[in-house]
Amino acid sequence: MSGMFFLISALAVGGGLAAVLLKNTVHCALALTLAFAGLALLFLQLDAQYAGFAQMLVYIGAVAILVVFAILLTRGSETPKDGVYSRNWFAGLVIAAAVFAMLGWAVLQSTSVLPHETAEPVVTVQQIGIALMGRYVLPLEIVALLLTAATIGAVIVAMHEKEGAK
Amino acid sequence: MLGEGILKGLAETAKNFAGSFVSEERLTTVQYPEERIAPFEAARVFPFLVFDQENRDGGGPEWEAGLRCVACQICEKECPPKCIYIEKSKDKKLDYLGKGQYYPARFDIDISVCMSCQICVEVCPFEAIKMDTEFELSTTDRFGALLLDRSQLAKSNEHYHKIHPTDATAVDARLADEKAKVDAKAKAAADAAAAKAAATQPTNEGGD
Amino acid sequence: MAETMDQIFVLLKHWIVGLLPVTVQPIASVLLSVVAIVGFFPALFALTVLLERKGLGRMQNRIGPNRVGPFGLLQPIADGIKSLTKEDIVPLSADATVHFLAPVVLVVAVFLGFAVLPMGRNMVLVDMDASLLFYFSIGASTELSVFMAGWSSRNKYSLLGAMRAVAQMISYEVPLLMSSVAVVMMTGSLSLVKIVEAQNHYTWGLPHWYIFTPWGFAGFVMFAVAATAETNRSPFDLPEGESELVAGYFTEYSGFKFALFFLGEYLAMFSISGLGATLFLGGWSAPFSFMTWVPSWIWFFSKLMLSIIVFIWLRGTLPRMRQDQLMNFAWKFVLPLTLLNLFVAGLWRFLGNGWERWVVCSAILIVAYAAMGKVGMRREHFGPRSYHYAE
Repeated sequence: MSGMFFLISALAVGGGLAAVLLKNTVHCALALTLAFAGLALLFLQLDAQYAGFAQMLVYIGAVAILVVFAILLTRGSETPKDGVYSRNWFAGLVIAAAVFAMLGWAVLQSTSVLPHETAEPVVTVQQIGIALMGRYVLPLEIVALLLTAATIGAVIVAMHEKEGAK
Repeated sequence: MLGEGILKGLAETAKNFAGSFVSEERLTTVQYPEERIAPFEAARVFPFLVFDQENRDGGGPEWEAGLRCVACQICEKECPPKCIYIEKSKDKKLDYLGKGQYYPARFDIDISVCMSCQICVEVCPFEAIKMDTEFELSTTDRFGALLLDRSQLAKSNEHYHKIHPTDATAVDARLADEKAKVDAKAKAAADAAAAKAAATQPTNEGGD
Repeated sequence: MAETMDQIFVLLKHWIVGLLPVTVQPIASVLLSVVAIVGFFPALFALTVLLERKGLGRMQNRIGPNRVGPFGLLQPIADGIKSLTKEDIVPLSADATVHFLAPVVLVVAVFLGFAVLPMGRNMVLVDMDASLLFYFSIGASTELSVFMAGWSSRNKYSLLGAMRAVAQMISYEVPLLMSSVAVVMMTGSLSLVKIVEAQNHYTWGLPHWYIFTPWGFAGFVMFAVAATAETNRSPFDLPEGESELVAGYFTEYSGFKFALFFLGEYLAMFSISGLGATLFLGGWSAPFSFMTWVPSWIWFFSKLMLSIIVFIWLRGTLPRMRQDQLMNFAWKFVLPLTLLNLFVAGLWRFLGNGWERWVVCSAILIVAYAAMGKVGMRREHFGPRSYHYAE
């Protein structure tokens, strides 16, 4: 629990808070990107290089851009007329507190069960590669199938739009 | 095959690049103002007044004496943007044919207005105004430095020969022809007068 | 002697760090390298801008700038003074924070990419296990900055330019990654230092650079195409097409911010040329075994400058590609070829060490290229137009 950890988590939490509290939707998307960056830095601080860089590449490089495009191409970029805060904020606060309590209890339970002197496992990219191609090849192929289905679906949806308007 | 065109294009640009250091054809830049291209013969920028070098009527500077312009004011009337202003003189001066002609006391062209259409040159019956090729005439004075008066506009026939040789020789030939015709007429009249005088003279001598 | 010249920057750094107290030594060492990178590459940028203008001029039958200083060598200084003293105009309706942050994000992301390039023997700022992955994830942040620039200007044309630029960069990110994956596959490591070391062997005086193998050559060509598109260089510079969108996503920037964008673009070009040199051209290794006495950093920077010269050459030669032609090219031509390249690289490994693998791999790649070229070159037959009206 070093100072660096607090700094990075302040960045991540601050980004997340800004993502829900800001009025302009595109600002919210950019703050979300900041939160993603904070997460990536946390991964890197724990020496999980592959997870950190993959997080940056996938989340910041693709998901954030997707979110931003979605905001731009729909009418989300205009600020809503009734304000951004809903009227039932008290119910929201109660539910959020309940979820936080549950997650916090689960995390604290698990850390109290773990032995104190576990050495951090050093997982290199090569080991991840070998594991993916050896032990976890079935999930890998299923994910690939899922991605192919998604790509084909996207192409079909885009194509149908053109033909439907004819 | 795909990509052939790109490779051919790359070869062409490489040839351009290498050639620009060695051959004139591949580097066509003229570095103005250190180098200048000579203007073509038919180039025209702003008008100028032609003066003949031989001093015809004595008195005054050479350009004023030999100015061909007779202040007929045709160019002033024909000029589309009306950039010429002429004031006729009160006295007359002899021209190249020996006739007395008016001359312009004042001949102003505003070259900030002139559009180089050459109409003044085309309508002048006296070959007095021609187009110059000088274009580096910018001044720093905003008010009036681009209004050229007749001393700035008068340039010699020699200058005209330099910038438009073919035209100048044709003009000179035409003027010389007219002078020759007038001279021939004068000579014929003089001969006729002399013949008449010679015809009447022997009777005078006979009556002695 | 050759050894000292080769390691001269490393020795210099060690000497300077040795002069400082022990507690600050780690930070000082890193800071010194960072300062060297941040100082050197912008200087190279100034030189490249001049080289580009004069090179393009010569290719177009004219002289480039030659008024400021002998042969125009002081032109970058004049340009720099101009950019710094120009008034910084921010449109009234523009989003001020995002407008300010966009060039900052771009320049920071691009500088971060230089941290993993091995510029000479033992001359890499950070030696990570997954440095190639780091490079690509940083490259992904560049797209975000482009979008921020276009959106914050509140200008239809800037936004259009930004969308086009982001779409182009995303589309070409995939072939870029795939062609690098072939290299990673053959080396067995994501670390750039190890990739260079794997290419640093010589047989009969010739190096083992990956470009001298069939899959490496194809991979290099596709990497070069994708790199040109990633950095928005001609012929893929529609987003900043000067004749179409004024300046695309950086229309509303003036003065120093524009200079930062310009700097960011050229630094991205250096960075990706450096990566290409590392992955395919052997990084800092010499071309022939008898030339290893020349310092390694000279070889790296020569390869970098060679790539820059090819970029400038391409810019002077090719017309701009239209957006849909660009995208079609990426998805329908370059991507299938990169996937085939991966397969061929695998085949290369498993076909043993003789001459058969050269013939088989080259044959597969050439046939695939010619076939796809034929298919792509078919003229589209345009029928009568049909119009879609908004309901």
